Amino acid sequence: MSYLDNILFAVLLVLGGGYFAGNVKKLIRNIKLGQDVNRTDNPSERWKNMAMIALGQSKMVRRPVAGFLHILVYLGFIIINIEVLEIVIDGLFGTHRVFSFMGGFYSFLIASFEVLALLVIVAVVTFWMRRNVVRLKRFVHGDLNGWPRNDANYILYFETVLMCLFLFMNAADLHLQTLGAPGYESIGSSAFPISQNIAPMFNGMSESLVHLLEKGTWWLHIAGILVFLNYLYFSKHLHILLAFPNTYFANLKPQGQFDNLESVTNEVKLMMDPNADPFAAPAPDADAVHTKFGASDVQDLNWVQLLNAYTCTECGRCTSSCPANQTGKKLSPRKIMMDTRDRLEEVGRNIDSNKGVFVPDGKSLLNDYITPEELWACTSCNACVEECPVNISPLSIIMDMRRYLVMEQSAAPTELNAMMTNIENNGAPWQYNQMDRLNWKDEQ
Amino acid sequence: MSANLVVPTMAEMMAQGKQPDVLFWVGCSGSFDDRAKKITKAFVKLLNQANVSFAVLGTEESCTGDPAKRAGNEFLFQMQAMTNIEVMNAYEIKKIVTACPHCFNTIKNEYPELGGKYEVVHHTEFLKSLLDEGRLTIEGGKFKGKRITFHDPCYLGRANNVYEAPRDLIQKLDAELVEMKRSKKNGLCCGAGGAQMFKEPEKGDKDINVERTEDALETQPDIIAAGCPFCNTMLTDGIKFKEKEGSIKVMDVAELIANAQDL
Repeated sequence: MSYLDNILFAVLLVLGGGYFAGNVKKLIRNIKLGQDVNRTDNPSERWKNMAMIALGQSKMVRRPVAGFLHILVYLGFIIINIEVLEIVIDGLFGTHRVFSFMGGFYSFLIASFEVLALLVIVAVVTFWMRRNVVRLKRFVHGDLNGWPRNDANYILYFETVLMCLFLFMNAADLHLQTLGAPGYESIGSSAFPISQNIAPMFNGMSESLVHLLEKGTWWLHIAGILVFLNYLYFSKHLHILLAFPNTYFANLKPQGQFDNLESVTNEVKLMMDPNADPFAAPAPDADAVHTKFGASDVQDLNWVQLLNAYTCTECGRCTSSCPANQTGKKLSPRKIMMDTRDRLEEVGRNIDSNKGVFVPDGKSLLNDYITPEELWACTSCNACVEECPVNISPLSIIMDMRRYLVMEQSAAPTELNAMMTNIENNGAPWQYNQMDRLNWKDEQ
Repeated sequence: MSANLVVPTMAEMMAQGKQPDVLFWVGCSGSFDDRAKKITKAFVKLLNQANVSFAVLGTEESCTGDPAKRAGNEFLFQMQAMTNIEVMNAYEIKKIVTACPHCFNTIKNEYPELGGKYEVVHHTEFLKSLLDEGRLTIEGGKFKGKRITFHDPCYLGRANNVYEAPRDLIQKLDAELVEMKRSKKNGLCCGAGGAQMFKEPEKGDKDINVERTEDALETQPDIIAAGCPFCNTMLTDGIKFKEKEGSIKVMDVAELIANAQDL
């Protein structure tokens, strides 16, 4: 009879873990739909970035209020995992507070978890207020209409409930300890600095009811954690996992350095080679794969850009620093990332429902999600890249899509076509003669 | 004055069997834009003053391809780049100085992979090194007590981390350097980058250069300093839009220094 609990717990754990693992597999497959790009150079610099930016939150604190609150929630999440480990062991083996043999240190740990839990609640409530009462501009932005706005709030509710359950569980436990209930050895109220203030509410309740409440909150707490774990894949909250690989694989080159397209280099070299026969048919190449210039859909982007899309937390720091967005243009770097993820998910579902192959659906990231008007409003100033707390580059996606518009579709705005014609004919973006380049020397 | 400008070309230098220490890459704006030509001349005056051995490519110079690349035309960019690299490699260029952050960024970062490897410096960095070496001196006086704010060009600052050289130069003028609320890493674009210079902006509430000019005006400056000919144009337009052109000037850092010297 007493094994029923343990078996039930194991089943819950396997179901929760299994479903999550399945979604992670899908996530990796989707990211791998992207083109290859080498981001394994300079590992020491990459580890350093990950340590500073993802682990150390160095870019979060550039906005001190949000940064500080975020660190509280982040620390709470990281440290409370020790408690989750204990819960898992207790659940599987039917023990109660298996780590309590550590004595004073254990009391200290539990006490610090409780303080953190309270701080997390404070931070989360403040976050909720910023979104729903203060209504900060980047949180009321139209990018978030619908699911993203609810998603953000659900996460906050989830975290509050989980923290409350944790504190109630401890309060009930403490009450049973004071009663001297069998199986509830006293750890001492110093371990429960927060929940000891809740414990008095159990006064007068029957021991069996408190016992039930203690077990109930314990189960709800761990079940909640498993549900939350599985919620990640469907949510912007995925960043708590992907921030780490994302900062590791982020671009290390100067922000102003845009990549050189290798495929174009080969063509241009051939064009400029005086010995090349202009009428020669290209050598038939069995391995030749038609490569598109630039990107019109998610498969044309590289895997780091797709990883970026899954990592985005939709915090909107990029959009709020974007000069085009600030002056009322349609471009929002955050929307570029959200659109990329939405389209990638759509492509993933398409593959799932077609036995592992993508069946063209007549849609693409360009036009169906991101319009040329948005793309042409970008000044390539890198403010969005600089602002992102986890080193996402919306700019690289914008540039790849511009390349597609110009090189595959010749669909640049008229004035840009004129500029490009001038460069081609006169070696300057304006219509001046190259022979007049030095005239300034003699002008008064 | 400009009759005294000494501007040798690489071709002339080569004919005399000489190799200059540095190539001055003038850029399209510095060559053709009336406002930017003044920056070019101010910089040349300083080079002459400091007896720098330099040359320009003159008619052999062509657009770096930056606006084409940022508009998405990688073909045109690479054609421009390879042509320029061919010319510069033939002259065995080692070091390049330019007053345009767009040329600076492209030649410094995007030419190496296409075979053009040079030491590239922005003119503010170059002027700073001339001052540090004592080859150029600044007599403060003229700008004493003037409020000068510096607008960080995206392709100089964020893109390449050059923040201090232009500020050091301004401070050498005995001027009061006042920072805008958005500066350095958090600087706001002038609105010209990414080939925006050559097209009308997309529909919105405001033009970016006006927004940026408002940032600058908040510091109540006498002079708005820039280190980029495109930023210069955008901010000058912004000042005109705000009808402040009578009281506030937009000047390149090179012009400020040349002015202080009465060159």
